[in-house]
Amino acid sequence: MEENIMKVNLRVWRQANAKAKGGFVTYNDVETTPDTSFLETLDILNETLVEEGQEPIVFDHDCREGICGMCSLYINGHPHGPATGATTCQLYMRRFQNGETITVEPWRSAAFPVIKDLMVDRNAFDKIQQAGGYVSFNCGGAQDANDLPISKVNADEAMDSASCIGCGACVAACKNGSAMLFVSAKISQLALLPQGEVEKDRRVRAMVAKMDELGFGNCTNTGACSAECPKNIKLYNIGRMNRQFIAAKCKE
Amino acid sequence: MTLDKVKVMNPADSKIPEGPIAEKWTNYKAHQKLVNPANKRKLDVIVVGTGLAGASAASTLAELGFNVLNFCIQDSPRRAHSIAAQGGINAAKNYQNDGDSVYRLFYDTVKGGDYRAREANVYRLAEVSNNIIDQCVAQGVPFAREYGGLLANRSFGGAQVSRTFYAKGQTGQQLLLGAYSSLNRQIHLGKVKSFNRYEMHDVVLIKDKDGVPRARGIVAKNLVTGEFERFAAHAVVIATGGYGNTYFLSTNAMGCNVSAAMACYRKGAYFANPAYVQIHPTCIPVHGDKQSKLTLMSESLRNDGRIWVPKDIEDAKKLQRGEIKGSDIPEDKRDYYLERRYPAFGNLVPRDVASRAAKERCDKGYGVNNTGLAVFLDFSEAINRLGIDVVRQRYGNLFDMYEEITDVNPGELAKEIDGVKYYNPMMIFPAIHYTMGGIWVDYELQTSIKGLFAIGECNFSDHGANRLGASALMQGLADGYFVLPYTIQNYLSDQISVPRFSTDLPEFEETERKCREVQDKLMNIKGKRSVDSIHKELGHIMWEYVGMGRTAEGLKTAIQKLDEIRKVFDTDLFIPGDKEGMNIELDKAFRLNDFITMGKLMAYDALARNESCGGHFREEYQTEEGEAKRDDEHYFYVSCWEYQGAGKAPEQIIEPLHYEAIKVQTRNYKS
Repeated sequence: MEENIMKVNLRVWRQANAKAKGGFVTYNDVETTPDTSFLETLDILNETLVEEGQEPIVFDHDCREGICGMCSLYINGHPHGPATGATTCQLYMRRFQNGETITVEPWRSAAFPVIKDLMVDRNAFDKIQQAGGYVSFNCGGAQDANDLPISKVNADEAMDSASCIGCGACVAACKNGSAMLFVSAKISQLALLPQGEVEKDRRVRAMVAKMDELGFGNCTNTGACSAECPKNIKLYNIGRMNRQFIAAKCKE
Repeated sequence: MTLDKVKVMNPADSKIPEGPIAEKWTNYKAHQKLVNPANKRKLDVIVVGTGLAGASAASTLAELGFNVLNFCIQDSPRRAHSIAAQGGINAAKNYQNDGDSVYRLFYDTVKGGDYRAREANVYRLAEVSNNIIDQCVAQGVPFAREYGGLLANRSFGGAQVSRTFYAKGQTGQQLLLGAYSSLNRQIHLGKVKSFNRYEMHDVVLIKDKDGVPRARGIVAKNLVTGEFERFAAHAVVIATGGYGNTYFLSTNAMGCNVSAAMACYRKGAYFANPAYVQIHPTCIPVHGDKQSKLTLMSESLRNDGRIWVPKDIEDAKKLQRGEIKGSDIPEDKRDYYLERRYPAFGNLVPRDVASRAAKERCDKGYGVNNTGLAVFLDFSEAINRLGIDVVRQRYGNLFDMYEEITDVNPGELAKEIDGVKYYNPMMIFPAIHYTMGGIWVDYELQTSIKGLFAIGECNFSDHGANRLGASALMQGLADGYFVLPYTIQNYLSDQISVPRFSTDLPEFEETERKCREVQDKLMNIKGKRSVDSIHKELGHIMWEYVGMGRTAEGLKTAIQKLDEIRKVFDTDLFIPGDKEGMNIELDKAFRLNDFITMGKLMAYDALARNESCGGHFREEYQTEEGEAKRDDEHYFYVSCWEYQGAGKAPEQIIEPLHYEAIKVQTRNYKS
């Protein structure tokens, strides 16, 4: 596969820590191959930097299978890069041209402060989930699983919503920095299932209140979140959340 | 090796309860000591790790009333590597009326593990499997369902019943998000304190009034600030996964590491069966030396996919040169070698058997890609039988994932020969996936150190020498939801009068000082080699000599080469930057340090086990047909290793196995 060598220029955001002033640094002629993943290309660049005694570029990554939601990166103006329905770790260099300059930035949102280079703090997402993204019951008290039939249509739709990996691409893509796709995915999953019915009002109120408190913007129905979502979470989840929210507020 | 030459564990140490196998757990629960609600509030438990085992244990302990401190190295508990499990979770529900039972799940798991697991633990696992499904459904886990609204099942390797519950190809994700949701509820209620981007560097032992050391806390590094911090508790639970990344390339996440387990090992916890490593048969083959990890294609694909290589060596050579494609080879020239060798289980033989069979074909020159290290996984028959829509419904996300990585769409019609439609096959090859060995634990999941527990993949107990598909999720959640929350109380019940420990105690001081010392040592080597370059070299040695086929000679070579790697690491490592703040190279070096120790431990164990069983295949010990040849007379035991100090060989201690319910037989997947 050595014959397929390609070279790219990587224009990367470097920032020493949360308080430091960051800026772009361009690394020219990074050698890779079309079958190498984008993150492996960053690995190659990092290996060169380390050999030269420099600090490697810091970025979040873990499973490299598109499921853990750890990787982020704003690549050429798109969260998770040019491919649709895929995370950055599933992006392969065959998507780019030989000699292309690729701009790599961290998520940019007030709610996701930069920690170092391309790594951001997404703790706000955990906090929203902690506010109400669960069914309140203790382990051990459950009935037999098949005592609760659930229509396949609802179960499948709940599964689609539950596929959210919590990466934050929706917030990064949104001009308002809104987290509504993320929040509505969880609300929808539990709204579609009987297990979530009992505390649906208190759940939607608590999660929306926490989302607002943490500084995420509002939704203006642009749909960039859904278009850029690596897991194709649908926009109508937001509609469902809004309906639930209004209903819950009316009951207050 | 005969039993009289090695140290043998006292049978009482494993704490297996009395009574018939089916009543042991019930009896245990009926007679164990409990902690009353008012006292639970006074007791703190550290849980390291937030995968299925860690998150479920942390949330359940908190629900019971204990105060939990929960740590993960990722930016959120939701990202632990359990999330990447694709296929499913086993349970003995018998919803399909196909003859399943707790006993059968127990039997299949023991047999699948090649009769090297502890019987009592496995029975308990099978027993609580049904509770797990109930628990997860109650949490809102969207398992796959039939049109009637009831849960769907599929079949998996090593079983003749359909007992696997699944959520598309994302079962691990959904189960982990379920556990994460319970954990979030407890964080919200203030019962769990969550520490993200923290890495445990050492466990703190404090002697009790009788001079017995007990686990009383940890020293963890805040990966953002670079600071070491101390945490005290009445008990410590580690749930930090396996050691697959010793091989550099594996299906594990990049951050998966064995450092927490090695810290416990260095403090005196036995490490059991390190040689037992699972090599998963269906992964995407290695494509180049810049590759960072291997991607698993779910075992569920073997339900409808058929594995083959060409019958004719000339066809294989043409494939290797890229002159023809898999779809150019007609049906009668294909060798479906698993169906040929194992008619009863066919493509659904256990993972170790499937992996070895692939290696056997590739070693003989029948590999199908340019490196000769791949076999085909073909869906033509399934697509012709069911139609592409049904097949895509089942495996669409896996087909897409495969296409994204390899640029080949496995569902695409490639050719029609004599009226038979052939679709693009996938190319697969075995890869390191899971580690059955781990920290030794007794029936209560307590290690050989008092107050230190190990759950999930990081303990050794339930899978023997090979794990069946869809059993890792089952074990992680069984340990975390239904076993540890009971058994830890038997330990904590006499700790209620022990006041909280101050982290200013000399034991904490000393442990932190040692952590700093190790880190300073790494920073001061100032050599020329990057962490990854050494890690890749380690990986090559491990795969070559401690991989799918092992020999005494190769293992001795490995030990020697690992000593050389150790020397390179200790003298020529280079870490840029400094130790203040975040330094990802330093963190990787810390982990590699332990991977090297781990690698050697695996080689020692593999060398000491002169038999083939499950994932441990010693080439000297095979039948004429190439099947693993066990030696129950001499090796029917758990092999444990005790640390003796840096640079010294570890000492072996064995726990003999006793089977009451199952007759030990030669594994047979042929008839």
